[in-house]
Amino acid sequence: MSSVTDVAPVAATRTPGGEPRRPRKPRGGALLALLAWLIGFLFVLPVLWMVLTSFHSEEDAATNPPSVLAPLTLEGYRSFFGIGTGANPWPSLLNSLTASVVSTAIVLLLAIPAAYALSIRPVRKWTDVLFFFLSTRMLPVVAGLLPIYLFAQFSGLLDNIWLLIVLYTAMNLPIAVWMMRSFLAEVPVEILEAASMDGAGLLLTLRRVVAPIVLPGIAATSLICFIFSWNELLLARTLTGTVAQTAPVYLTGFVTSQGLFLAQVCAAAFVVSLPVLVAGFAAQDKLVQGLSLGAVK
Amino acid sequence: MSTTIERRRDDVGTPPPPPPPSGALRRTSDWARRAPLLPALIFTIVVTQLPFVVTLVVSFMDWNAYYPDERGFTGFSNYASVLTDVNMREAILTTVVLTVVVVLVSLLLGLGIALLLDRRFRGRGVVRTMMITPFLVVPVAAALLWKHALFNPEYGLLNGTLTAIWRLFGSDDAPQPDWITAAPLVSVEIALIWQWTPFMMLILLAGLQSRPLDVIEAARIDGASSWQVFRYMTFPHLRRYLELGALLGSIYIVQNFDAVFTITSGGLGTANLPYVIYQTFYQAHDYGRASAAGVVVVIGTIVIATLALRTVSTLFQEENAR
Repeated sequence: MSSVTDVAPVAATRTPGGEPRRPRKPRGGALLALLAWLIGFLFVLPVLWMVLTSFHSEEDAATNPPSVLAPLTLEGYRSFFGIGTGANPWPSLLNSLTASVVSTAIVLLLAIPAAYALSIRPVRKWTDVLFFFLSTRMLPVVAGLLPIYLFAQFSGLLDNIWLLIVLYTAMNLPIAVWMMRSFLAEVPVEILEAASMDGAGLLLTLRRVVAPIVLPGIAATSLICFIFSWNELLLARTLTGTVAQTAPVYLTGFVTSQGLFLAQVCAAAFVVSLPVLVAGFAAQDKLVQGLSLGAVK
Repeated sequence: MSTTIERRRDDVGTPPPPPPPSGALRRTSDWARRAPLLPALIFTIVVTQLPFVVTLVVSFMDWNAYYPDERGFTGFSNYASVLTDVNMREAILTTVVLTVVVVLVSLLLGLGIALLLDRRFRGRGVVRTMMITPFLVVPVAAALLWKHALFNPEYGLLNGTLTAIWRLFGSDDAPQPDWITAAPLVSVEIALIWQWTPFMMLILLAGLQSRPLDVIEAARIDGASSWQVFRYMTFPHLRRYLELGALLGSIYIVQNFDAVFTITSGGLGTANLPYVIYQTFYQAHDYGRASAAGVVVVIGTIVIATLALRTVSTLFQEENAR
């Protein structure tokens, strides 16, 4: 590492007994730990508040100062799911689920062979291909929106969930290719060579040798693609209407205030975020790798 | 398909493996290698590159869906109107301010928190999980949460807390600011910083944890102070991760639509380029101008993206050289 050579000469300080100085001061450590806890709590507080408020009645949710200890009720969830309000979020939740799951499946079908051709049996100039994929993820979606909209209008695909599936697949493919490549690169070449020496065919090698090593990677990649698709708003808002609208589009119905509705908003926000929270916590260890497009492990 | 598996090349940018003897055989083997790559590659080119070509063409056209008869090529007039229009210029400025503020603040906060979490203490895993949570709230839901549950002047948590604190000291006239009206852009920035700090923290924490610990331990034993270790060892090592966080953050936040759309609906001087483009095309149906603005965003992004790709490439080569 080049950084090591940057270290300025430091006079060696040792205690008279020749013992190296103790590296850590316990009291400062406790204070810093407390600070970390405090900051962590501040960051999670809005989410906790959202969950707590979603279980309050509308009257208790709208008090000032806040009624933290108000009795819990499912009123907010009942209004969100349409009991007494006539609202029906189910089609949009199902659309989101379809778009996210189907696009993730297609992403994997396309990304795993591609990653194989970029790691285990690499094509010529495989780094160029890899960086081409990455560059497509960096171009702003909004700049391609108009042609996509015109195409959808022309081909009758407006308000069709399949259009979103195709676009989400394209959106997540670079991330999946990068992640899968870095997972496949972890497969030791020696094992592959040994398998091929023992006469194992390609499919057998893939199934028995490669799959067990990369399955956790496939799981993490799917979860991250799922999160990105589930969260997407701009494309869904522009290209869908009443039939194919997704959960984030449904949420935009809460942008303008409608009297006492805070508990319902919190319930809605929590219900729609729940799949992402679950997927995110499940993929916690690989999250950074996906978010940094595989650049950081 | 051949069952032999060639040794993977671990070095980057070196010439391909020695070519097989005959030309025809070599071509077949090349295509066998390329075949698994092609579906993904073709799909990506068709779905992501073609629309940009069309955007580029339309940006030179006079095309408003309300006046279909006047469609035709106009040269650079859309660009001229984009760059001279007051709203568009404000949107460009807003986009720059929003991106720079959110990226810098969340990077600094993320660095501080990553340094705290790099230490060993009780419940470190719990704190890390708490820190990640904001990033796992659906962006629209997070924006709604800030707009209605936190910033609301009548029953939001911020003003509610102010009331509670003032009451604690026996006063009934706590300040009750209308946060979004008083500081619209700052409100959007706060909500975004809350969501993006965890992202920066995760990248920087990964960077911190990839430091060569034995060397740092050796430096400590030789008497280097914590500050010296940070200044001369940790910081140079972290620099690439800081760059990566800043660049990836910029790429995502330049494109932000959800927060602006939800918290202020683009009003009160918070309309950024993606929002204005959305409006120009979706509400005003001025396709030519929307496309020209889109091309402006692309050019801006290409500058950041080129830097980002270079940083990723450096990290990538270091990792592969190991």
